[in-house]
Amino acid sequence: MAVETTNRAKLRWGLLDVIVVVFALIPVLWIASLSFKTPGTLTDGRFWPREWTLDNYRTIFDTDQFVRALANSIGIALIATLIAVVLGAMAAYAISRLDFPGKKLLVGVSLLIAMFPQVSLVSPLFEIERQLGLFDTWPGLILPYITFALPLAIYTLSAFFKQIPWDLEKAAKMDGATQGQAFRRVIAPLAAPGLFTTAILVFIFCWNDFLFAITLTSTERARTVPVALSFFTGESQFEDPTGAICAAAVVITIPIILFVLFFQRRIVSGLTSGAVKG
Amino acid sequence: MADIVLDKVSKRFPDGTVAVQDVDLEIADGEFVILVGPSGCGKSTTLNMIAGLEDISSGELRIAGQRVNDKAPRDRDIAMVFQSYALYPNMTVRENMAFPLRLAKLDRATIDAKVDEAAKVLELTPLLDRKPANLSGGQRQRVAMGRAIVRQPKAFLMDEPLSNLDAKLRVQMRTVVSRLQKQLGTTTVYVTHDQTEAMTLGDRVVIMRGGAVQQVGPPQELYDHPRNLFVAGFIGSPSMNFLHAAVSEGRLRTALGDVPVGDRLRRQLEGADAPRELILGIRPEHFEDAELIDEETRRRGMEFDAPVDIVESMGSDKYVYFTIEGERATAAELEELAADAGAADFAGAGSSLVTRLSAESAAREGENRRVWFNLDKIHLFDPSTGRNLTLHEGRAAGALAD
Repeated sequence: MAVETTNRAKLRWGLLDVIVVVFALIPVLWIASLSFKTPGTLTDGRFWPREWTLDNYRTIFDTDQFVRALANSIGIALIATLIAVVLGAMAAYAISRLDFPGKKLLVGVSLLIAMFPQVSLVSPLFEIERQLGLFDTWPGLILPYITFALPLAIYTLSAFFKQIPWDLEKAAKMDGATQGQAFRRVIAPLAAPGLFTTAILVFIFCWNDFLFAITLTSTERARTVPVALSFFTGESQFEDPTGAICAAAVVITIPIILFVLFFQRRIVSGLTSGAVKG
Repeated sequence: MADIVLDKVSKRFPDGTVAVQDVDLEIADGEFVILVGPSGCGKSTTLNMIAGLEDISSGELRIAGQRVNDKAPRDRDIAMVFQSYALYPNMTVRENMAFPLRLAKLDRATIDAKVDEAAKVLELTPLLDRKPANLSGGQRQRVAMGRAIVRQPKAFLMDEPLSNLDAKLRVQMRTVVSRLQKQLGTTTVYVTHDQTEAMTLGDRVVIMRGGAVQQVGPPQELYDHPRNLFVAGFIGSPSMNFLHAAVSEGRLRTALGDVPVGDRLRRQLEGADAPRELILGIRPEHFEDAELIDEETRRRGMEFDAPVDIVESMGSDKYVYFTIEGERATAAELEELAADAGAADFAGAGSSLVTRLSAESAAREGENRRVWFNLDKIHLFDPSTGRNLTLHEGRAAGALAD
């Protein structure tokens, strides 16, 4: 049924795509370019650095500040992602497969959490965490991240679970599987793309968060990279930290790219095709 | 191998609807039983209760003499073929078929041997390493059957397994299913809404309506001796013709003329609470072109004239449709059947009569034709209860029986 696209149309669409990609990538490339410039040429307005240097990168890895923040970021984001995806998968499975009292309420409340402006929760969270001794700790960030990532995880995952034909689970039960075996051997492999997609989204959310990270931390114990970046001042107050900040920004995008590339291979569409009907 | 007994099995949903009501059914070891009925009649729910995928609200289900009401599907040792096939898309054909055996923790060699054997029976051997996505509908259907037969269960349950195939393949697969069942001799319960499948496949057919069993019997018996209006209308294609008949002075006034009534029926109709209005049912093949009838046969029937509406020549015989003036037969069962056939809103002014005449008949569209029909084959139904009044000790005897 696909209409044969003419070369002209292909060209037009191709051009449009290129424009969109360039528009989206220029700021990123600009930052990458700045990170390779020497302090003297920083403000020369050239896209291509005249003098290449790796000094900026050396600077950031020399400061304990950044390395600690990077470790905090990776640890906190991974733990929060893992917990959110596991909890989200269980909740989403229940929502898509079972009819239980309060189901609508649960879905509604989780949507409510997603809609709630996070800024308004920052002060109460700050007070609560200080009282509970969670302030400036890893759990102090992991907990709110899970809270706000869960609605996202539940929504994405239940959409994926709903796509899996229920007959498959019935068939597995008839074939002699327990509920657990049916989930592990039939449902979970089919929901894998959903799990990976959700993991990516949740990870990016945790990784990029600035608001919670700046309010709920005070020292390097739990400070994450986005916050650490804002505290970058350079060696002395006369030094311009722009190059270092750019280098750090480039460095912190690398884990995200790796994470996405790693899981993207597993996001294969059409995994359930051929399961039902003819 | 086992027999399956349903003892007053009912299904009530939490919202109060009764999907299945007091179904009594004894399925013998090795028997092929078909559950048939229009959509929503409870046949699939009944099957799911046998499978263990639905709870039984009341009554008892016994497989091989054992009460299994509270057993999980996996402890009942029965296999099921789903309408959607429900193949595991992440596994190859071989893995799909081996899945129940692997769950049963058989050793590798045994699993391979069993899968190969089942694949051979179903001609799936060249496809064993493919994924379901790369199979045609018919092949997927065979894999689904293969997954059911590998583990030699006590019984097979099949939920409309052929309804997703195209018409030609369906006829072909019907014989495959039939042969397979004979070969394996495994007790089989088969659900379908297609009365042709029900007639051709089963040892016995169970006709359901509104959650209740209407009649159980071999296909021919249901066809010849329907217990009520619903069974009569459901079985047979084209279906039985129904006409309004008024009882008057020991005769039946119908659109085809006055039909005489035999002694036994007359006695029945003379009772104080006997219905004054009846529904007369007659199957298409019990009509014949009056020109082609010999004197001997002519005496057993009656003749009438009617305008020919449409002639469909099937080669072996002709379906001739007549338009008949007069009152239309009405009953709840008939409306339900029409709704199921999707024809509820598709009714002309008079009634239409379907007849199956010899190929030699010269009937032409637009002309008037004299048609004979067999009085021995007439069924009379009480419109309020749907009961077949011509049935005597389970046999239909026609209108003239003494």
